[in-house]
Amino acid sequence: MSTHEDVLSSENLPHEPEKATLEGKNKFLGFWFFLGGETVLFASLFGTYLALKNSFGNAEHATPSQELFGLELVFIMTMFLLTSSLTSVYAMYHMKNHDFKKMMLWLGITVLLGLAFLACEIYEFTHYYHEFHHTFTSSAFGSAFYALVGFHGAHVVFGLCWIVALMVRNARRGLNLYNAPKFYISSLYWHFIDVVWVFIFTVVYLMGKVG
Amino acid sequence: MAENTKSSHTDEFYKVKHKEQMKHQVITFALMIIFTIVAFALVAGDFSKLFIIPVLLLLAAVQVMFQLYYFMHMSEKGHEMPALMIYSGIFAAILTILALTTITWI
Repeated sequence: MSTHEDVLSSENLPHEPEKATLEGKNKFLGFWFFLGGETVLFASLFGTYLALKNSFGNAEHATPSQELFGLELVFIMTMFLLTSSLTSVYAMYHMKNHDFKKMMLWLGITVLLGLAFLACEIYEFTHYYHEFHHTFTSSAFGSAFYALVGFHGAHVVFGLCWIVALMVRNARRGLNLYNAPKFYISSLYWHFIDVVWVFIFTVVYLMGKVG
Repeated sequence: MAENTKSSHTDEFYKVKHKEQMKHQVITFALMIIFTIVAFALVAGDFSKLFIIPVLLLLAAVQVMFQLYYFMHMSEKGHEMPALMIYSGIFAAILTILALTTITWI
């Protein structure tokens, strides 16, 4: 058997295929570096939101956060995203056991849960717009809110596109040393999205409800 | 180079190890769900603001640590650099939030 075939077959993968190559190791390090930067990026949006959440200026339709937010929907969204984090852990579990089909199945479930989250968020934003005239330009609170929560939503969209692209591109290829690091870092990204959401539902919604 | 040096014995060893890790991750998930429900229940219940906000922030911080250490595998070997990156990020994040909430926008 040639080395070439070795690398391309999922039966002969080494332990931890995501970090078995230099490229995989570099992707892993570089991606954590990026996540450190993302932390600061989101911190600046959180800081802005915290400073401006009670600034309405001369806004025509000023709805304070206590009246605006509904906790039921946020709770459902949290459950969707938290569960999708677990399903992507399952996908990585099967990747480590070199079981490509099961990995794809759990990634598929992750994508579906992510889509459900996104649908809820779109519904939420349109609801705010139609019922409360709460828009990006209606007040400083509106700008800070949509910048923070919308940016997180954009991360979800990007994460979904990323995972779907990986699944489509590698559907017939199977698991190998070339794509294992790609799947691994996309799941790290997905967990990071959940990390940010934990702070969004705590700082924006729950603390906004308390006052 | 081409011969397969892995024995089915080591395969079994790793499978058991992965199963063990998976068990920890499912426990972590259950705890995170419980923490989330507690956080929402606290807000739905009638408690003083001074009590709720620190508790909410604490619950969030613990959840994020679970997420980082178990779901993102930071508790496993070879994660010194990721820990350095993410803690530097958290340090800069705290400074950023402090600056924005106390100086810049006020």
